[in-house]
Amino acid sequence: MKSLLLGNAAVARGVYEAGACVASSYPGTPSTEITANIATYDEIYTEWAPNEKVGMEVAWGACLAGKRSFTGMKHVGLNVAADVLFTISYTGVNAGLVCAVADEPGMHSSQNEQDSRYYAKSAKVPMLEPADSSECLEFTKYAYELSEKYDTPVLLRLCTRICHSQSVVELSDRVEPPAKEYVKNPQKYVMMPTFARPRHPIVELRILDLKELSEDTFLNRVEMGETDLGIIASGTAYQYVKEVFGDKVSVLKLGMINPLPEKLILDFATKVKRLVVVEELDPFIEDHCKKLGLKVSGKDMFSIIGELSPNIVAEKFGMPYNDGKNIEDDIPARPPVMCAGCSHRGLFYTLGKIKATVIGDIGCYTLGAAPPLNAMDVCICMGGSVSGLHGFVRGGGKNVVGVIGDSTFAHMGVPGLIDIGYNGSDSTLIILDNSTTGMTGHQENPTTGVNIKGEKVGKMDIETMCRACGIERITVVDPNKLAECEKVIKEEMAAPGPSVIIARRPCALLKTTKSSPPLKVDEEKCTGCKMCMKIGCPAISFKNKKAGINKTLCVGCDVCTQLCKFDALVK
Amino acid sequence: METRNIVIVGVGGQGSLLACNLMGKALMLEGYDAKVSEVHGMSQRGGAVVTYVRCGKKVYSPIVDKGQAELLVSFELLEAARWFELLAPGGTVVTNTQQINPVPVIMGLAEYPENLTDKFEALGAKVDAIDALTLAEEAGSSKTVNIVMMGRLSKYFPFSKDTWDKALEAVVPPKFLEMNKKAFELGMNA
Repeated sequence: MKSLLLGNAAVARGVYEAGACVASSYPGTPSTEITANIATYDEIYTEWAPNEKVGMEVAWGACLAGKRSFTGMKHVGLNVAADVLFTISYTGVNAGLVCAVADEPGMHSSQNEQDSRYYAKSAKVPMLEPADSSECLEFTKYAYELSEKYDTPVLLRLCTRICHSQSVVELSDRVEPPAKEYVKNPQKYVMMPTFARPRHPIVELRILDLKELSEDTFLNRVEMGETDLGIIASGTAYQYVKEVFGDKVSVLKLGMINPLPEKLILDFATKVKRLVVVEELDPFIEDHCKKLGLKVSGKDMFSIIGELSPNIVAEKFGMPYNDGKNIEDDIPARPPVMCAGCSHRGLFYTLGKIKATVIGDIGCYTLGAAPPLNAMDVCICMGGSVSGLHGFVRGGGKNVVGVIGDSTFAHMGVPGLIDIGYNGSDSTLIILDNSTTGMTGHQENPTTGVNIKGEKVGKMDIETMCRACGIERITVVDPNKLAECEKVIKEEMAAPGPSVIIARRPCALLKTTKSSPPLKVDEEKCTGCKMCMKIGCPAISFKNKKAGINKTLCVGCDVCTQLCKFDALVK
Repeated sequence: METRNIVIVGVGGQGSLLACNLMGKALMLEGYDAKVSEVHGMSQRGGAVVTYVRCGKKVYSPIVDKGQAELLVSFELLEAARWFELLAPGGTVVTNTQQINPVPVIMGLAEYPENLTDKFEALGAKVDAIDALTLAEEAGSSKTVNIVMMGRLSKYFPFSKDTWDKALEAVVPPKFLEMNKKAFELGMNA
């Protein structure tokens, strides 16, 4: 049966058809829908893990016990799971284990533009890269075969344009291989030095075997056209090359990114007059070609930064293309903003008002850094707010708070809070508990007490967790009550020793969140002072020297009414 | 069969994902090779959202580049202007006339440009503008602006009503199906 599937959904289908039984992941754009889709197959036990390291360990445990397993993550998630990856490369697997990692050239929803291909090379595990949904499905299934045949975890490298584009796939039935027996084998699975040392040569031999495979696998293919130009490409870059040239030039399409073939590339190079590697991000394939002694172009033509596109490829090769026309007016930017009624808005207004230095974290609330709130100083990585706060305080920083969301706190915030509790600093951490994982699209998490299937399960109680970390001062506030919130934040910042403030209010977009009727502007009373504009609410606008409320957006959260000194915002 | 390039733009929250899925479904029912690219994550939070629909005999690139779109479908007027450069020479802007002020305009730091549709025409584009918000409200909810616009877009495809009905049934929850069918028709016939 043919179906139009999102790349992510096609990976999920591949996991299903390959007969995998366990999947554990943490959401992260652009990888989230893989696991969300796997959860729709009842045959597969699927869970949201608190973080990517846990997800990969769960997948590893499951494959060891004998069932094919899966974990998926965004590029930066692999940094978190890297500790697991580098050593399960040594232990190998029992049943197959596939890990999807989604890079984000262009940083549509990410904090950096790292190239995950180096992980495969560095951890010495195979990496496959599909170029459309059909290959997402096919490569995922094949990755399980590779994993079992070569006794290795297999990485599946995706990128935003592959994850989030739908294309046609052919569906097949699920074939669940019989479970493999778990056999105790400490020499293989207990990675202490005595046992790990003999495993390393096995890893090196395995990568040599895989190199043999890469020379004639179906994953890599030569599409010969005219021989003046030969292009090596993979993933999205391959699609752009084909878009520009069709079948005109010769193309070596690589589906296996690690290890890269040598003979195949050398042979292709001899058949063409000019050799060019077209790849997004770093010169990963190009460097390999140069190591083979080939004269090759790549990053001398294309940028290391950002995404490629058909026009960029056409331009660099001197091919004709339309550039489109621009209208002359300045088009005002439309940056993403906190939604109307967002439970983070009031809190960031307050933090801005008291001019606190805010050590931030990853989530919707990172938008607190944007105007007009301008109330975040720092944001690097998941959990970085908590330990960063402790360090900032220890480094002499004053008037500072850390802010972290509920899901991010469970992800990687807890170890930082253990540090604060254990080594005691005058740190004030604000946990923004909006009862969901907002940014990635409302996934459940350990603090919601509901699992990926919507069932009620164990709940990580945030207050208890903070107490267990050694924090004694814990206050719960409603971030929409501005005066109370400000008072508590000032008190806790002034208090010696560590403290946690839990700002608790569910995300306004959750189906269970009840909204109030939209507010109205009493034009008689509105003086046009623009106080209500300071919170950057998309529902409030300003026209003819008066505030105006967009009734389709306003959810009556009442944050603005607390700012209006003239009672002009009314129910 | 020439590859057709359509770009659907709007403001995060206006339902471009559903519109994309509807388009994808219809193309599948009609037997096209298709690629439909979506946007997820941060840019959805009220930001500018662009989605690409490509169909033909064999489609490679998942994105539509500058100067390539035969149709630029915009759920909001300013967004049509923002993505205008994607339009191919002689292409058509199919736009909602509704204006949603972005934050810089709300804050008084920038102005919403005026007479945009005239400017599109001056640059050689054909313009098909409708008041999709009013039609959506007539259908029963301002949230069906996306479907009103898809109804409008349907005029540019030689698909049967049956195809669109089936596509709507596949992507819209049963509870809202009638309302969305009405929205689709209002857009088509406006």
